Amino acid sequence: MSMQTPPAGSSPPGDSLWSRIMAHDLTYLFFRSPLTVVAAILSVAIMLAALMAPLLASMDPFDPAQVFLADANIPPVWQDGGDPRFVLGTDDQGRDLYSAILYGMRVSLVIGLSGVALAATIGITLGLVAGYVGGRVDAVIMRVADVQLTFPAILIALLVNGIVQALSKGTSRETWAFGVLILSIGLSFWVQYARTIRGSTLIEKNKDYIHAARLVGQPTPLILLRHLLPNVIGPVLVILTINLGLAIITEATLSFLGVGLPPTQPSLGTLISIGNKYLFSGDWWIVTFPGLTLAIFVLSINLIGDWLRDALNPRLQ
Amino acid sequence: MLAFVIRRILQSCMVLLTVALLAFTMFRFVGDPVAQIVSLDTPAEEVRKVRESLGLDDPVIVQMGRYLYKAVQMDFGISYQFRQPVIQLLAERAPATLELALISSFLSLAIGIPMGVYTALRRDSLFARVFQSISLVGVSLPTFLIGILLIYLFAVTLGWLPSFGRGQVVTVSGRWSTGLLTVSGLKALILPSITLGLYQMTLIMRLVRAEMLEVLRSDHIKFARARGLTTRAIHFRHALKSTLVPVITIAGLQLGSIIAFAVITETVFQWPGMGALFLKAVQNVDIPIMAAYLMIISALFVTINMVVDLLYAFVDPRLRATIKG
Repeated sequence: MSMQTPPAGSSPPGDSLWSRIMAHDLTYLFFRSPLTVVAAILSVAIMLAALMAPLLASMDPFDPAQVFLADANIPPVWQDGGDPRFVLGTDDQGRDLYSAILYGMRVSLVIGLSGVALAATIGITLGLVAGYVGGRVDAVIMRVADVQLTFPAILIALLVNGIVQALSKGTSRETWAFGVLILSIGLSFWVQYARTIRGSTLIEKNKDYIHAARLVGQPTPLILLRHLLPNVIGPVLVILTINLGLAIITEATLSFLGVGLPPTQPSLGTLISIGNKYLFSGDWWIVTFPGLTLAIFVLSINLIGDWLRDALNPRLQ
Repeated sequence: MLAFVIRRILQSCMVLLTVALLAFTMFRFVGDPVAQIVSLDTPAEEVRKVRESLGLDDPVIVQMGRYLYKAVQMDFGISYQFRQPVIQLLAERAPATLELALISSFLSLAIGIPMGVYTALRRDSLFARVFQSISLVGVSLPTFLIGILLIYLFAVTLGWLPSFGRGQVVTVSGRWSTGLLTVSGLKALILPSITLGLYQMTLIMRLVRAEMLEVLRSDHIKFARARGLTTRAIHFRHALKSTLVPVITIAGLQLGSIIAFAVITETVFQWPGMGALFLKAVQNVDIPIMAAYLMIISALFVTINMVVDLLYAFVDPRLRATIKG
């Protein structure tokens, strides 16, 4: 209720963006699914915590001046030998695990989001072109997709990694690991977008509205972007959400295998990989807490993606 | 139809050739194999001899041609780190990987399909919800984390199952070393195959559920209901049949990625398979092994892809029309 009276002819107050969002079907369905609400709250909380890591963390785990080897492998506070400075204990280099998880989550998120964005851009473009243009172009793109599919995410990343490692002799892993991981994720996930988009494009391009657009002489790029894209983009939204979870898992796996981020720049995967070495000696906390964070975050993302797929599918309602 | 089959086979050969060239080019220029063999204080004369004996002084084109010619005869050269023929190293480890992959895919199909059908038919029942939640957890937990958890629970804490290796293996017909015939071999298989298969199983379950829900709403099912067929016949004769076509495609493609994913599982469980060999090769810049592994994996994948494509053309009349036209 603002003091201003709306000028004549404008939409009634009930039509503000906020109330339009609140009145939307999707919002209604969202609040009808308590599990999705919980998942959304959890993933937003984790993302915010990662974003504000420097404010929430008790130390900067990347700063060697704040890390002391003497503090290595301290158990969580509630166990014998715990130290109140380190709530969740420390890793093998004396980093506070709680801070390391916050910073690690941030690293995992940035890599996951950028990787998925790259993959979607490559995949949607190629899928549209392949499906619409057809013929030789289609054959080439889909054969490339075939070749690419022969190298699943892990193998691609190992390849890209090996090449960069050889090309950047002398420079340390820290300088390029970040970009290489994003590139690996982008290059390994585009095929799914391309195949989905191509599939729907093949169906859509024979429909009357596309024929009409072609008949009135619209240029091909315009037809692709203005007419085709909005009609084939739907399924991509779900793939995007689910892929974010996959991308974060891929990053963690690569770091676990030792081809991702180095221990000096730990992501969640690096922390788990460090923890795995100490699991047999009973230091369970190094692997458990980062693993739990990773699992909860990816699970929340997947729950949202799952809900979104059902909610956006008109045939299920 | 024959023309389509021949064209598809030729295409597959082109793909394989591209992969081979790609693999060779990339690995030829990554790292210095000589540096892997000689030590720092090896005299220059010795280094030159090693370089010559490996054929690394020849023009790249010659090396590439020689490599392709030999690869066709299954000769992938000598491993730099093991000083053994690559094909021999891979053949020794192939049974371990293949047994693991096949058992995992069998598990994932045998459990995933019924679970998917059930959750689709009884969408709101308690079990369906439980299965759905389990599947989400399965998709969300990274393979390596599942492996670590299983090891911690069943090997470290309970001590029921081994945490690494294949157990005792028996050699069948002089070549194939199998762990399926001994108790310790079977016990060693349990944790790795669950780790490897869980993700695929949840994937298949979710896929079957989604497809089945779609199909149950389609016109031909409505028509079947209108004809007064029994629910059982509608669900299992009509709906399941249309559901399984895309599922078989995905399952086929998944077999390839199961073998690739084995890299992770084999690393976690120290399973003596091809994946672990590949990872070791990457770490040591062992070019012949990496190139051979990539080519074998792509050959496998391209073959599966081709077979799936051909099957699709046989099964789906709409696609058949496009092919003829």
